[in-house]
Amino acid sequence: MYSPTIIFEALMNGLMLGAVYALIALGLTLIYGVLHIVNFAHGALLTVAMYLVWLASDRFGLDPYVAILVVTPLMFAIGYCLQRFIIGPASRGSDNGILLATLGLSIVIQNLLLAGFNSDTRTIATDYAFEIVPLGPLLLSLPRVIGLGVSVVTAVLLWAILNRTDIGKAIRAVAKEKLGASLVGINVAHVYAMTFAIGTACLAIAGGLLMPSFYVSPTTGAAFVLVAFTIVVLGGMGSIPGALIGGLLIGVVEAISSLFLGDSLGQIGIFLIFILVLLVKPTGLFGARA
Amino acid sequence: MKKNFEFIAALAFLGVVGIAAIAGLPGNILNLLIFMMIIALTAQGWNVLGGYGGLSSFGHAAFFGTGAYTTTILQTSFGINAWVGLVCGVILGAAVGAMIGFLSFRAGLKGSYFALITLAFAEVLRILANSWDFTGGAAGMMVSINNGFAYLQFSDRRWFLLILIGFVAGGLLLTRWLERSAFGAYLIALRENDQAAQALGVDIFKIKMQAITLSAAITALAGCLYVQNFLFIDANVAYGSWISIEALFAAIVGGAGTMLGPLIGSVLLLGLGEITKSFSGGIAGVDLVVFGIILILCVAFAPNGIRGFVADLWYRRKSRGKAM
Repeated sequence: MYSPTIIFEALMNGLMLGAVYALIALGLTLIYGVLHIVNFAHGALLTVAMYLVWLASDRFGLDPYVAILVVTPLMFAIGYCLQRFIIGPASRGSDNGILLATLGLSIVIQNLLLAGFNSDTRTIATDYAFEIVPLGPLLLSLPRVIGLGVSVVTAVLLWAILNRTDIGKAIRAVAKEKLGASLVGINVAHVYAMTFAIGTACLAIAGGLLMPSFYVSPTTGAAFVLVAFTIVVLGGMGSIPGALIGGLLIGVVEAISSLFLGDSLGQIGIFLIFILVLLVKPTGLFGARA
Repeated sequence: MKKNFEFIAALAFLGVVGIAAIAGLPGNILNLLIFMMIIALTAQGWNVLGGYGGLSSFGHAAFFGTGAYTTTILQTSFGINAWVGLVCGVILGAAVGAMIGFLSFRAGLKGSYFALITLAFAEVLRILANSWDFTGGAAGMMVSINNGFAYLQFSDRRWFLLILIGFVAGGLLLTRWLERSAFGAYLIALRENDQAAQALGVDIFKIKMQAITLSAAITALAGCLYVQNFLFIDANVAYGSWISIEALFAAIVGGAGTMLGPLIGSVLLLGLGEITKSFSGGIAGVDLVVFGIILILCVAFAPNGIRGFVADLWYRRKSRGKAM
């Protein structure tokens, strides 16, 4: 009843959407890998990034893709300050403290946005939002193709930062052995904040990629982050390749289950995978430890 | 602060609220008190598992919503008495708790993993309730208005508040029993160190199952009472993350794993929320900003909640008095 082209198109759309999901999940998994907590403020910070992109376009007429260049350093700074001056000092290193501090932050941010921008949805009108790229018999949406490309480039950059720079080395050291790292002179509070900052900067790129074809309201990020949790768990908490492959997989699952079940029930597929992975293999596909 | 003193003080507080309500309070204060008691009860449920057992659930909406929907559906679709509906709601809520507990504890989930799976279960229930016909779909369900004790609805809201106060007092009694029972001791032991507790012969799976079932039952009761007061339910109210967060906030801000924590937390948070709303001139979300800031401040300065903070001050003053 569905022609192969439609199914294949859904598959491709899923892959491309999944790439942006993967980008959101990359930040989350990076933070988990180092701080060993789930960052509940991740969704709220994605919303902040999307509003910043919207503001840049609405007030300064910047194209959403150009806005990424401005918003990324801004989100980096916001992430650094949040971890260094609020989450870190408030939690004093206790895991439960970090979890609750990020939850508190997410509530504060989400409702500040609600108070500042009210609950209207905002969109950016671009002339390329509905542009189609033909690929053989398939018709692909241009923003999604760009999303896939930029996500892959970002993932490679992230890999390079972690493996080829000093701060990357420090981040990996702290992730493995916090006490040992601090004994050899690594400033753990700084590395925590840098990790948080890089994870938050990924959200700026994701926000810029989403805005041409999506809308933003104070609760937009919350919907995405539930998907990101699923990806992180599926890929294995803390695993970067896991987040990438998990993101692509989840994108495909969402596209296929929306095709067969309709949009409102489509999300069920994601949560069922989430629950199944947690129950059967909580370490995920690539995770080393539970 | 002796535990007995705290218990009596809490009962006295509830008594004063009850007497004040009978003597006559403005309608908006009465509504606020009713809401405070519903949240206190929800948080008392959360506290059994999250506070004493150290298993922080982010999805107590699953139990709250199941209680609420069960009693609504039984009343509207089957014409069953509200009190019977309430009992069924509690039983079904407890059953959902037992099921989620069975699956997650058998898989050995705790910490962030347990938080995430409870969140996921609540979301699945929310999406299902939003699309199924017998839960009214996205339009939600209304309980028809029938005043009287048998219907658990009152045109005079004071009676409803008194019933709620009774249930919250029951919650206090239950927590007091918990703190003194072997079950409570096992539960606290597995919170502090589950492997050590297991090595000492505590059947931690059984204790966790009992804790989540009890916890879910209390929260489901709160859900049933919520519907009896507001007479309307939809998927986002019943299974939305707001109620999971209110339960967790109230218990943690008040003092997780303490008898008084949930009550202190809900009275303080909702009271402050109401004050902020009246000062902010109706800007949406400002009261929740205050909630979030209070949670962060609590994490930073009062890791044992307001109850722990006050108790610390109390002991410090006492010991200083002795030294001098």
